[in-house]
Parts: sequence; structure tokens; C-alpha cells
Amino acid sequence: MRWFLRGIMAAVSVPALVLFSAFIGFAGLAHEAGLTLPETLFLTAFVWALPGQVILIGGMLSGNSLPALAFAVSLSSIRMMPMVVAIVPEMRTAKTRKWVLYVLSHFVAVTSWVLALQNFRTVPHERRTAYYAGLGPTLILGCLVIIILVYAAAPKLPPAASAGLFLLTPIYFLTSLWGSAREKAVHLGMIFGLAFGPVFHILTPQFDLLGAGLSGGTVAFGIHLFLRRRRTA
Amino acid sequence: MTFHSFDTWWWPFLFILLAGSLTTDCWRFLGVYLGDRLSEKSEALVFVRTVATALVAGVISNLVLFPSGALAATPVALRIVAMIAGFVAYLCLGRKIIVGIVAAEIVFFAGYYLF
Repeated sequence: MRWFLRGIMAAVSVPALVLFSAFIGFAGLAHEAGLTLPETLFLTAFVWALPGQVILIGGMLSGNSLPALAFAVSLSSIRMMPMVVAIVPEMRTAKTRKWVLYVLSHFVAVTSWVLALQNFRTVPHERRTAYYAGLGPTLILGCLVIIILVYAAAPKLPPAASAGLFLLTPIYFLTSLWGSAREKAVHLGMIFGLAFGPVFHILTPQFDLLGAGLSGGTVAFGIHLFLRRRRTA
Repeated sequence: MTFHSFDTWWWPFLFILLAGSLTTDCWRFLGVYLGDRLSEKSEALVFVRTVATALVAGVISNLVLFPSGALAATPVALRIVAMIAGFVAYLCLGRKIIVGIVAAEIVFFAGYYLF
């Protein structure tokens, strides 16, 4: 119980503040896209991966079909898998029940993952699931509160403020995505994605995100393979 | 079948569940299942990360170049300059996300009220 509470307290931190400011931007985006407050809260609690959520809203706005959008979101969420793979051994003990890990895995997203891996050193191994059960849901709850506040304030905002609000999401992703990339290939993928997104938006608005992701990612990976082969040759 | 296909209260929720929630959680569950069986450095995962990053990057440009609502009423040059300013500030001033966000917003509002 003590470690559960400490996990809750760990949510009060700089990474959480950055996350909350990103969700101010996301709530503004969702509000502008015409989603109702219950829909936005539901989306946030059940998806809990900001890039996927932004793709979902962007695709809804462009009128993407369900299968195309599901495919796009699942591509963006694949990165959850290696993150979970990395955190599970940190939490698992011989006595840990499997279902506990499956439930906790839902709370894995960049912020809670970074905070957990950073703080786990100070948490006894057998208390880490309790710690994470405090940390993960607290971050979601905090973001849900932010969304409610933004939905209440949004209709009263002057145009300049809401325009500034919509700029939050792209600048948050531009910087956080660049910072979280571990290899050059991912930076290349980002640059090609930035360039291809608008091109596909004009050519094939229904598949703009998939088009940009698959072509930009493939070109970046191709260059990565080419450079590596030259280095080893 | 799009988000606006059916005019019922439950369709948006089902759409979100199918397109967003299942497609994200299945990877988390697979991560638990695989545990430590998979190397984070495998080339397949590098490819996955480049595609996923390019996807989100595509969203970033489209949000800036083809925005909706209040942002659409602002000059496109101002949006691009604010984004570049934020990114340069992020790169030059210690790679803190919050620095990039604040710099972009300052440039954006300065431009908004000056021009």
C-alpha cells in the first residue's frame, strides 16, 4: 500500500507536466474535431497512446475508413511492444500473476515508462507492480481532468489562444519524437514523414497517414541498410 | 465505414475501441507475452520504429499545413516559423521538450500580434 501511494506521488514530476501540457493541446484538437467530451475521455482512457490518439483524430477528420485507420493506429502503436518487453522483467517476480502484468501493460506509454524505469531503482522488486499500479492510472486520471477543464474553457477562448492551443500538439511531437529516437534511421524516418505527409494529403487524403508512414519509413530504413552495408563492406 | 457512418450514440465509441484501443493494447499484450524473448536491437524493430515515426511525423506536418479551426485562420508562414523556432530552441537549449514548446508559442503569439 505504501508503495502504491508512492507511485501516485511519483506522478507529480516534470515529465508529467509536459504530458499534461501535451494533453491540453490534444483536448483542443479533439474539441475542434467535433468529438464530444465523453468520446474524448473514452478515447484517452482506452487508447492511452498520444500518437495513436492524434492519428485517430486526424483520420476521423479526413474521413479515413475504419480498416485503414485501425491499420495506421496499430502501426504507430507497435512501439508499445518493445517498451513493454523492456519493463516487464523489471516488475515481474516469481510470484507475480500473469493477469496483473497484462492489466498493467495498458498503462505503458512514454511518460509512465520513463518515470518507472527511472524510479524503479529505489523501489523493492516485489513492490514494483504496486508502484506502477499507482503511477500509471494517476497519469491517466490527471489527463482526463485536463481534458474536462479544456472542454469547459474552449468555447470561451479568444481565437488567438485556441490557435496557440492547436500548435501545442505538433510542437510537442516534433520535439519528443526527435528526442526519443535511438538510431539515425528513426530521425531519417521522421524527416521523410514530415515531407511526405502533406504530399499524400494532397494526392490521397484517405490514406495520407499510411502513405506517409510506409513510404517515409521504408525509404529511411533503406538508407539505413545501405549505409550499414557500406560501413561493414 | 468511417467515424460518421452511423448516427447512433454507440458508434463513435465502438469505432474508437476497434480503431484505437484494440490496435494499441494488442501490442502491449504481445509485449508482455514476449517478455525478454525479443532483442530490442533487431533490425525488424528498427524498421517498425522508422515507419511508426514517419507516420506520426506525417501527422505533425498535416496539423501545421492543413489545420482546422482557429489555427487555419493564421498565416501558414507564421505556423512554420513558430515550429522551426521551437525545434531550433529545443536542439540548442539542452533538448528539453518544454523549452521547444514555450519557444514555439512565444514566436507564434509575437507574430500573431505583430502582423
